[in-house]
Amino acid sequence: MSDISSTFPADRGPSQALVFHETKDLHPENGTLLGFWVYLMSDCLVFACLFAAYGVLGREYAGGPTGMEVLEIPTVALNTTLLLLSSITYGFAVLEMQRDRQNPMLVWLVITGLLGAGFLTIELREFAHLIAEGNGPQRSAFLSSFFTLVGTHGLHVTCGILWMIVLIVQVLKKGLITANKRRLMCLSMFWHFLDVVWVGVFSFVYLMGVLP
Amino acid sequence: MLMSPSGDLAVQQRNLIITSTVLMLLIIVPVIALTLLFAWHFRASNKKATYDPDWDHSTILELLIWSAPLLIIIALGAITWVSTHKLDPYRPLDRIAAGRPVPTEARPLTVNVVALDWKWLFIYPEQGIATVNELAAPVDRPISFNITASTVMNSFFIPALAGQIYAMPGMQTTLQAVINRPGEFEGFSANYSGRGFSGMHFTFHGMSEDGFAQWVQKAKASGGDLSRDAYVKLAEPSENEPPRYYATVAPGLYQAILTHCLQPDSPSCMSRMHTKNGGEATGMAGMSMPPTTPH
Amino acid sequence: MSAHPDLAKLIFGRLTLDSLPLHEPIVVITFIGVAIGALAVLGAITYFKLWGYLWREWFTSIDHKKIGIMYMVLGFVMLLRGFADAIMMRAQQAVAFNGSTGYLPPEHYDQIFTAHGVIMIFFVAMPMVTGLMNFVMPLQIGARDVAFPFLNNFSFWMTVAGAMLVMASLFIGEFARTGWLAYPPLSDIASSPDAGVDYYIWALQIAGVGTLLSGINLLVTIVKMRAPGMTMMKMPVFTWTALCTNVLIVAAFPVLTAVLAMLALDRYVGTNFFTTELGGNAMMYVNLIWIWGHPEVYILVLPVFGIYSEVTATFSRKPLFGYASMVYATVVITVLSYLVWLHHFFTMGSGASVNSFFGITTMIISIPTGAKIFNWLFTMYRGRVVFDLPMMWTVAFMITFVIGGMTGVLLAVPPADFSLHNSLFLIAHFHNVIIGGVLFGLFAGIYYWFPKAFGFRLDPFWGKCAFWFWVTGFYFAFMPLYVLGLMGVTRRLNHFSDPSLQIWFQIAAFGAFLILLGIISMLIQIGVSILRREQLRDVTGDPWDGRTLEWSTSSPPPPYNFAFTPRVHDHDAWWMMKKHQYQRPIGGFLPIHMPLNTSTGIILGGLSFVFGFAMIWYMWLVAALSFAALLIVAIAHTFNYHRDYYLPAEEVSRVEALRTELLARHV
Repeated sequence: MSDISSTFPADRGPSQALVFHETKDLHPENGTLLGFWVYLMSDCLVFACLFAAYGVLGREYAGGPTGMEVLEIPTVALNTTLLLLSSITYGFAVLEMQRDRQNPMLVWLVITGLLGAGFLTIELREFAHLIAEGNGPQRSAFLSSFFTLVGTHGLHVTCGILWMIVLIVQVLKKGLITANKRRLMCLSMFWHFLDVVWVGVFSFVYLMGVLP
Repeated sequence: MLMSPSGDLAVQQRNLIITSTVLMLLIIVPVIALTLLFAWHFRASNKKATYDPDWDHSTILELLIWSAPLLIIIALGAITWVSTHKLDPYRPLDRIAAGRPVPTEARPLTVNVVALDWKWLFIYPEQGIATVNELAAPVDRPISFNITASTVMNSFFIPALAGQIYAMPGMQTTLQAVINRPGEFEGFSANYSGRGFSGMHFTFHGMSEDGFAQWVQKAKASGGDLSRDAYVKLAEPSENEPPRYYATVAPGLYQAILTHCLQPDSPSCMSRMHTKNGGEATGMAGMSMPPTTPH
Repeated sequence: MSAHPDLAKLIFGRLTLDSLPLHEPIVVITFIGVAIGALAVLGAITYFKLWGYLWREWFTSIDHKKIGIMYMVLGFVMLLRGFADAIMMRAQQAVAFNGSTGYLPPEHYDQIFTAHGVIMIFFVAMPMVTGLMNFVMPLQIGARDVAFPFLNNFSFWMTVAGAMLVMASLFIGEFARTGWLAYPPLSDIASSPDAGVDYYIWALQIAGVGTLLSGINLLVTIVKMRAPGMTMMKMPVFTWTALCTNVLIVAAFPVLTAVLAMLALDRYVGTNFFTTELGGNAMMYVNLIWIWGHPEVYILVLPVFGIYSEVTATFSRKPLFGYASMVYATVVITVLSYLVWLHHFFTMGSGASVNSFFGITTMIISIPTGAKIFNWLFTMYRGRVVFDLPMMWTVAFMITFVIGGMTGVLLAVPPADFSLHNSLFLIAHFHNVIIGGVLFGLFAGIYYWFPKAFGFRLDPFWGKCAFWFWVTGFYFAFMPLYVLGLMGVTRRLNHFSDPSLQIWFQIAAFGAFLILLGIISMLIQIGVSILRREQLRDVTGDPWDGRTLEWSTSSPPPPYNFAFTPRVHDHDAWWMMKKHQYQRPIGGFLPIHMPLNTSTGIILGGLSFVFGFAMIWYMWLVAALSFAALLIVAIAHTFNYHRDYYLPAEEVSRVEALRTELLARHV
């Protein structure tokens, strides 16, 4: 767009030379990545609200357990490692995609998905353990906001994995065509975004939660 | 009622409404007049009017159209800041009316207000009485209301006395006010709270000191006992309740309502105690939470 | 218990025959009326064999113009529903005196005022604003469609699904009885165990998905798809306001989604976000919902400011006065709208400093808004003002809106608000800005762009009848409410004890009746205009001597909007083209890349409706199945790579030749 307007600078004078329409076929830039980015920002606001809710309610134990009593830092540290690693492996997948090497790309994608699944398994075990002890989301406002914030992130990871499976099938069917590459880039943004949110969850909920 | 109030706070709020409106009319009236004038004068059929088809900018005019509202808002903002602090419902009164400071020996009358489904409970801790849907206070004596609610949110409002403030369960708001004229004034909930909302009226009596003392005596003579059990029964939803008096009030009842501690071993009670004790008591309270039902 | 009743429970949840409001004669009569009407419409469609046409040309269309029109139709239909609620309320309040409790019992009346607010904001104002942006904005920026045409269709059907849920609540079960923002603890399961609040939650969540996606879509469209040469400061003002509105949508609706999700968890799972037990905090809900709610007001009003700007410039035959100041004013309002939410609950007792901060930020918004009013004023100044319908609505707006603005600033003074909060003064204020601002503007926009959409103007006589009925009706209906508010009368009351108030309510009811005549005039106007369409035909594509690019195409525009992408040199692009004696190209056409229609949007919308309905009634089996179906359809859609085609150059030549011929015949 900009190159065209610079060739024809805005001219207020009544010059007859002004051209008022394109004579060639003109395609606007694809807006998918921008659109997806905007979507991620809106999703970020959903998380912001859940963080805010946790900020307000995070110390409302209602006689129930405190963060110190229920949060297991070692498990979560392992969990965090898995998710951070999966971001790196997705990075490798994107590198392979840019070199148009389909099979290595798929391998990295599968590894990413497995790391994500590992993350989910550990998280679900943590949840199941808490609920079994009677410390479910109904117990106190603290646990409500904890389960909702962490659970919403987990739900996003689940969607990410589902999306990854669909994309693997699509790449197998259609190859690394432009549309698929664009989708892989969107999923990449999504996956890294989940990583960033998790860093927030880990520091804000877990690390600060075990402080007295 | 709002525009001819009988309480000092409400009078000042009324005056503020008038001042602000006049200030804004300074700009609103010319705008309306100019709109009509321009629309009429520059109508297409009036060929005598100047037509300047390219005129779309004037720096001076644009400065003017931004600064005129700005000036009004600066004035109004200053008024807002000062009046909001002066008329803050939490702030103890420093006068009972214009030019009449609060006498140094005056002690405010405390009234604890509870919004129930769908009636008002007024507890007078000093007098040891309580009333439903009827409120009284002596003229020219500061009143200190502590306000909460049992289940849902309401808003405590006596237009003739002072502005409203929310009544919220588990939380307390306060209102410092004074009534300057004897009479009967209407009070009600100004925040929709469910099916019985329209009947949540009460009468507020401004009385002389003697009249107030007699009113308290009447309550003591004719009323029942507001024990905790009686309160639980009273708090059940009901509509269009007539006024009712209680000669005695269970000690600590208001605090128990505020902290949801009518049954001291219920888990919701501990939720209000942020202390270590609350945490330790968990084991005793047990895990199974009773389903939350309206009181 | 045998397995059989369990299965019934899984399928029907808590929905039983008792849930049907057969004991409420008003609802039953309404239902019979609606059912007869619906059968007549469906029968007519079947009789005239229109289903195929509707399905192919409208329901599955990804053309932004058709989607825009469908949004407008949805908004207008829902306006009738919302207005029926309004007139019932006015009638109730006009008669419920002297011991009479009126004809509506509280459980019914409370649903009506809740539904009225929800419908008017979410399913009238929002679809109409979105519809106009959808129809007009791509044309104004010289684009052939929006950035994501399928998403656009999907967004529309999600909005429809939400609207249908609200309509279903009228006849199956009940709607919320909580007020339009459903504050807890009143909306918690303890105080509202029925399905009403669940209807509210799911209707708004499903429609909210549509709104958010359409916000992203239109935002990207404006950023990426402007015609060459149209820099930001050369965009038409309506496009600017659309941009700011969509930024607000993207930044505000997630908050609504999150807060309603938390309320849903409280109700479905038993969490304690907003309960009064176990540490919940209901006031957090009030804060969060207004962090969405206040920007929402500007989401509605900003595009309408854009409409007034376009209309005033066009009908004054002058460029808009102070274009730059208009743009900056819009941006300032966009930013400030996030800093004022607390003014909706000064009476919560936040303390004087917090209250005055939010009071003053609120007042500051009136500065850019005031500047806008002056800009329109000086656009008329030294113009040649033509009083066609759009301009009449604009002048009515300018006078009415400043009154609403003034009362709004008054409410922003916290101590004044302590007296006026929740009173009928507040009701009068926001109807003053929403009817006098948003709705008048939407009408101006509809009259302005109707010929562009359909190729003929709307009949001016009935339009003037509608205008005068609406405007006088508005003043009769809402000025008494200002008076009542100053007398200390609060909102949402079902009946009254003070007989001296009755006369004011009767005047207000008379005003509502005048508005009813206004709506009827509009319906007649549409009918008359269709019958007289040949006399009202617009052959030029530029019936008002317009200034922006949408007037450079035919009316209605061809599916591809522009045979060649326009090139822009300044704002008021079309005006400039006309000044330079621009000649329409009549040859050399190229094939045009176009998106293909798809039925995925309407299927997903339908499934969302089923899913929402199942969740409302605890039909867990149905909910699980419809959710699985949603996922499968959505994923299957991504396997469709064949989403576009090239419209052959011959077809473009044919369409353009028809227009050339038409123009030649009428010059």
